[in-house]
Amino acid sequence: MSGGVDSSTVAALLAENNPHHGTEGSPRLVGLTMQLWNQRRLAKLQGLPEGMVAPGHASGRCCSLDDAYDARRVADFLGIPFYVVNFESRFEETVVRPFVEQYLEGETPIPCSLCNTEIKFAQFIDTALQIGAERVATGHYARLHRDERTGRYRLFAGRDRTKDQSYFLFGLTQEQLARSSFPLGELRKEEVRSIARARQLPVAEKPDSQEICFVPSGSYRDFIEVYLAEQGRRLEERTGEVVSTDGRVLAEHHGLYNYTIGQRKRLGVATGEPLYVIELDRAHNRVVVGPNHELFRRRLTVHDVNWIRDVAPGESFAARVKIRNKHVPAPARVEARGDGQACVEFTEPQRAITPGQAAVIYSDDEDLEVIGGGWIARGN
Amino acid sequence: MRRVYLDNNATTPLAPEVFEAMKPYLVEQFGNASSIHWFGQQAKAAVENAREQVAKLINARPNEIAFTSGGTESDNTGLFGIVEAARRRQDSAKHIIISAIEHPAVLNAAQALEKRGVSVTYVRVGSSGVVDPDDVERAIRPQTVLISIMHANNELGTIQPIEEIGRVAREHGISFHTDAVQSVGKIPVDVERMRIDLLSLSAHKFHGPKGTGALFIRKGTNLLPLLYGGHHERDRRPGTENVAGAVGAGRAAELARLNLDPQARRIAALRDRLEDTILAGIPLTARNGDRERRLPSTSNLRFDHVEGEAFVIAMDLKGVACSTGAACSSGSLEPSHVLSAIGLTKGQARSSIRFSLGRLTSAEDVDCALETLPGVVEQLRALSPHYRSSRQLTVHS
Repeated sequence: MSGGVDSSTVAALLAENNPHHGTEGSPRLVGLTMQLWNQRRLAKLQGLPEGMVAPGHASGRCCSLDDAYDARRVADFLGIPFYVVNFESRFEETVVRPFVEQYLEGETPIPCSLCNTEIKFAQFIDTALQIGAERVATGHYARLHRDERTGRYRLFAGRDRTKDQSYFLFGLTQEQLARSSFPLGELRKEEVRSIARARQLPVAEKPDSQEICFVPSGSYRDFIEVYLAEQGRRLEERTGEVVSTDGRVLAEHHGLYNYTIGQRKRLGVATGEPLYVIELDRAHNRVVVGPNHELFRRRLTVHDVNWIRDVAPGESFAARVKIRNKHVPAPARVEARGDGQACVEFTEPQRAITPGQAAVIYSDDEDLEVIGGGWIARGN
Repeated sequence: MRRVYLDNNATTPLAPEVFEAMKPYLVEQFGNASSIHWFGQQAKAAVENAREQVAKLINARPNEIAFTSGGTESDNTGLFGIVEAARRRQDSAKHIIISAIEHPAVLNAAQALEKRGVSVTYVRVGSSGVVDPDDVERAIRPQTVLISIMHANNELGTIQPIEEIGRVAREHGISFHTDAVQSVGKIPVDVERMRIDLLSLSAHKFHGPKGTGALFIRKGTNLLPLLYGGHHERDRRPGTENVAGAVGAGRAAELARLNLDPQARRIAALRDRLEDTILAGIPLTARNGDRERRLPSTSNLRFDHVEGEAFVIAMDLKGVACSTGAACSSGSLEPSHVLSAIGLTKGQARSSIRFSLGRLTSAEDVDCALETLPGVVEQLRALSPHYRSSRQLTVHS
């Protein structure tokens, strides 16, 4: 329970279907909130001196103390037991630090996928099993079915394609899926809100959180600066060249991490057409820019692929591949390789394929089954 | 589902006699104890009567007792009060001595004082969790204005040698404060014999109401107040008196004084049975802290390869309430400073559980806990990768 309307509605739906009969026996449904990140840490990010307590600190960020409070209120409203479990240490180790390292490498990391794989569907499931639960239900918009014939679990995009979160779940293993449940998969966001309102949940009108939970300002750079400062490190400004795709030096940059593929770069020079970041050349510490059409590529390699459907090495098939969360899965041909990698060739060139982002491979039909996914490799 | 409460160090149930004593002051006797009229006089009389009862429990004089909102306020009032008064007299560098295992109310107050330029010595403890009075004496400097050592530790139950420390403080003319929140009402506390100058106590730890405590301030001790306002409590603590709270604290103090020894013995026997059965019956368990020098109520045990937080939840879902340590620190990232101070590793600290029994704990409660515990431990260990690999090592060697 994150304190948001989605997980709260899940709790309400489950509470209805799993009534606790009086005081006999253990409860059948338990609400758990994960404490992942101390929002009071890095007080500077909120413009506060060290040691200050921020009133209403960082609400609107997922998993703030306000959110735990909301989750508790919902649990109390539903009459289910509620606990907060502390995963701060592991979260920092498996999500925040890689996020920072990737960013410094010039990639655009998505911690939410890592969090799902390492925390939400790993440590969280472990804890749930330890306290005697069978499975964990979350508010993710995704559909999960067990194939009776093969015994395998199948994951699909949520029915509400605008809220679909299957993109972030590509890393889940069969063991993890076996212990999961996504009651909102068939519902649309508005339906979820009406359910919440109809049941008068305390959070029915709460707006969705938009940013990454541990980056209060939405600025990756601010977060990383303050986080590194905490460890006595500094964000290095490694100045380098900004070059065009045909090799001309156009300007200077002050750190590759300030750029993402597809970003529009204003040079202040009237070159006629706008220029976009085509590539981040780490070997030479260069930002390569070019006109929009040069952002379109047809091929990419995915590494560390997690196959949810049983795909054998060497298999080649038609699929739809998503390269960003806000990207419509595009038709492509996928070849699974034996080394944990996959090659993707799009039917149409796709814009701004970005190393470090996740590539998620869906079935080539309207069901959008998640076949597998992994991380987009550099040097495509 | 039967509920068993083994977290009495966190709080205790209100004794029925205490509730009865408080009720009139929540209903018909509603006067403000500072009002001159009849209503006020009734309330005032009740507060003064309660004051006497509290004073008697610790062998103090009634006019040395100031009612507060609880242990935390009393600790803060004592620490800041003494230090700031000393600074007012002579504005030079000040120094205080506390133990490394104090409750956060003392620890964090000391750290706040450090930020104000006061130096603090944190006297260490050994694996038993006991402070050595010689270490306290060695830490004394010319600028030392306060020594604060808790009487009984909330996590381990360990009882400190307050009498000897009091003697050391007295010999050096330094004010001696003790956070006696866990000891008052459970074991004998005598401010005269122990040479205590300031003492914090909290009613809800001995079957009184939450939100009420007291600070004993020996006559002649100068404190700057923490709060500003009216002239209540002889100018030591402003604010309209919490009459019902004080009355509850008083009656609870009286009950404690009259029942101290028999209760202590009964509870200790139950605690020993719980502890001994666990240590003998469940493998890879150990006691944290000294076996002898501790409160009759407390047993802090570690269970290898068991995640403490999950254990507490699993036990709670089966009706048994216990704790991983101090209630106020649950959910925080750092392991308990108390467990670290006695030399436990992070892993050991995370696997430590505190059971604390009380007046209402019955033999059946202990039986029920002992029935539930082994299954939960096994359930958690079965899911622990460390346990599984350690077992494999044993099998193969």
